Amino acid sequence: MRWLLLKDLQIMRRSPLVTGLLVAYPIVIAVLIGFALSRGPEPPRVAFLNEVPPDTPLEVGGESLDLAGAKSELCDRIECVPVSSEEEARQKVESGDVLGALILPADLVDKLQSLAGLTPESPTVKVLVNEEDPVKAGLVDDRINSLLAEANLRISQEVSNVSTSYLQILLNGGDFSFLGQGIQVLGLKRSEQILRGIRGQLPADSPDLDELDSVIRFSHLAAENLGAAGDLLSSVSQPIKIDKEVVSGDTPSLDTFAIAVAATITLMFVTVLLVAGSLALEREENAFARLTRGLVSKSALLGEKVLLGVVVAVVVTLLMLAGLGLFVDLDWGRFALWIPAIVAGGAGFAAFGAAIGGAAKEVRAASLLAFMISLPVAFLSLIPSGTVAPGLFDVISVITALFPFDPALRALTGALDAAGPAIGIAILHLTILAVAYGILARFAVRRFV
Amino acid sequence: MDAPSTASPTQNADEAIEATGLTKRFGDRLALREVGFAATAGELLAVIGPNGAGKTTLLSLLAGIRTPDAGTIHLPRGEVGFVPQQAALYRRLTVAENLRLFARLEEVDDVEASVERMLVQTDLADRRDDQAGTLSGGNQQRINIAIGLLSDPAVLLLDEPSTGLDPRQRSRLWEFVLGLAGRGTTVIFSTHNIAEAERYAERILVLADGQGLFDGSIEAFHAAAPTAAGEAAAGDFESAFVRFLAEHGH
Repeated sequence: MRWLLLKDLQIMRRSPLVTGLLVAYPIVIAVLIGFALSRGPEPPRVAFLNEVPPDTPLEVGGESLDLAGAKSELCDRIECVPVSSEEEARQKVESGDVLGALILPADLVDKLQSLAGLTPESPTVKVLVNEEDPVKAGLVDDRINSLLAEANLRISQEVSNVSTSYLQILLNGGDFSFLGQGIQVLGLKRSEQILRGIRGQLPADSPDLDELDSVIRFSHLAAENLGAAGDLLSSVSQPIKIDKEVVSGDTPSLDTFAIAVAATITLMFVTVLLVAGSLALEREENAFARLTRGLVSKSALLGEKVLLGVVVAVVVTLLMLAGLGLFVDLDWGRFALWIPAIVAGGAGFAAFGAAIGGAAKEVRAASLLAFMISLPVAFLSLIPSGTVAPGLFDVISVITALFPFDPALRALTGALDAAGPAIGIAILHLTILAVAYGILARFAVRRFV
Repeated sequence: MDAPSTASPTQNADEAIEATGLTKRFGDRLALREVGFAATAGELLAVIGPNGAGKTTLLSLLAGIRTPDAGTIHLPRGEVGFVPQQAALYRRLTVAENLRLFARLEEVDDVEASVERMLVQTDLADRRDDQAGTLSGGNQQRINIAIGLLSDPAVLLLDEPSTGLDPRQRSRLWEFVLGLAGRGTTVIFSTHNIAEAERYAERILVLADGQGLFDGSIEAFHAAAPTAAGEAAAGDFESAFVRFLAEHGH
């Protein structure tokens, strides 16, 4: 077997394109993912037109809101491209220079301030989106809607606070400013006290007692109910609060999961393509019949191909992880777990590749078949539960359990991060799949001669 | 069959291979039906017949690539070497690396000595470090045969050895094969080329539809084949072959 392994490595060395791809592919993937993880997502470019006259103070219910600070906060989360007119904003959106445009109209502050007054008007901002690209439109919609929802929440909280203060004045009395004039409000509680005082001074047979009692009851009821209105207003300003509880333990970090996905995809392509192609090559070179007529058994030849796949898988995956280590922190203390995870994943993918190579019989057909099966399975394996209907997810789970990608991803995630899935179960799963695909490959190569 | 095919030939001291009652079935199709023959050391035996006659199936049974459903193969003088129709070698490896790999897999005693011997025999010593894929079809076929000879087999099986070669390459190939037979190796080759069989073989085994129809010398075949009007018994071999098949319903 060692001579066959040596032969395959010699052939790889003599095939600079294939070997170059095997080396370059994981490095390119590692660099791309490393950059993506270390730089984080770029904020979307959005044209920003502020038509509100400069230095316009914004007060809601006597409270000053910091407009400049709000704009600065907004532009931290999106890349604001200042424009001088709506026409310019429209041009930038149409040309694709920006993903969208946010226009604050001149009357925005007045309408915002009116929310705390007696004649409220709804303030409106204008959003321009290029709908040519639904993905782009969705991205901008989501980002701007999210920002506006936050702004609405803040403003509604301010309005709620102001309304609550008005209610407190009505309830307890105090000073109130209207049209620039200070007004002193007696308050319902004080009114009730005064009325009760007056009632005590009236004779028992006074004809005004019944009417006075009605007014006292009204004052009492109004004071009690307005006292509860503050809590009601507070709940209306933020009707749903989040009470988050983690019920299934720790999860690995997003970085670790992304690294595991990248490593598993590389492991899959390199191993499956190499083993499938190498086995099919034995037939294309007409060497299979010569080898298996007594020099090597078919099972030993398949074993050699799986071993070749595992050796290359270990080298390439470690190379890729080393490359990623330049960009992100990897827990090298778990290195002892990386090796069994990579070996098991490599064996699963190699046996799968052998089955494909045996079924396809030709190198080109084997490569095509490997891509056609591997890619959809990888995508299916990345669908999280809860994002599709439960019945469909069960079907997807069964399908992905039949291929090595899902257990290999779990094994690598578990090996890279202590918070990941259990590595032992994933390795057992991969071992079962390796044996099953090995048996399928053994049947498939019967058709080689 | 004009010469016995189902009965076991009488074994003699020089016999290198004896096949008896070989039968092979692929599903419902009977590819080979109770074929038998024997060949002696240094003999050149051609297996001829129309397409689908069972020539390659017979050679694959003799080589051990396939297992017969019935019948036996006796090899009193040692193993067989097999040379498939298409060159079975690794085109990315050099000539020497190919020979070295198969010598190691054959577990020959002295790998390097065997490689050197084959390089000399194939006259490819000066191209030992060239990748096999860069060689001409004729030279690739010579390496193909050399690989089959690495274990120094008593019997060499050649499946359509001259297919795809130009006349000059064919001539050099047969010169090489005749040299092997001259040194005592039994050579059994299948071919579509009737003239080639007539020219190089000492005996022919005619197959049609998996059945052995004739086993004997070229002269005996001429005698057995019906002659056309006005043609001598030793006339055109290809015409005689066609008439022979027609007479047997093929």
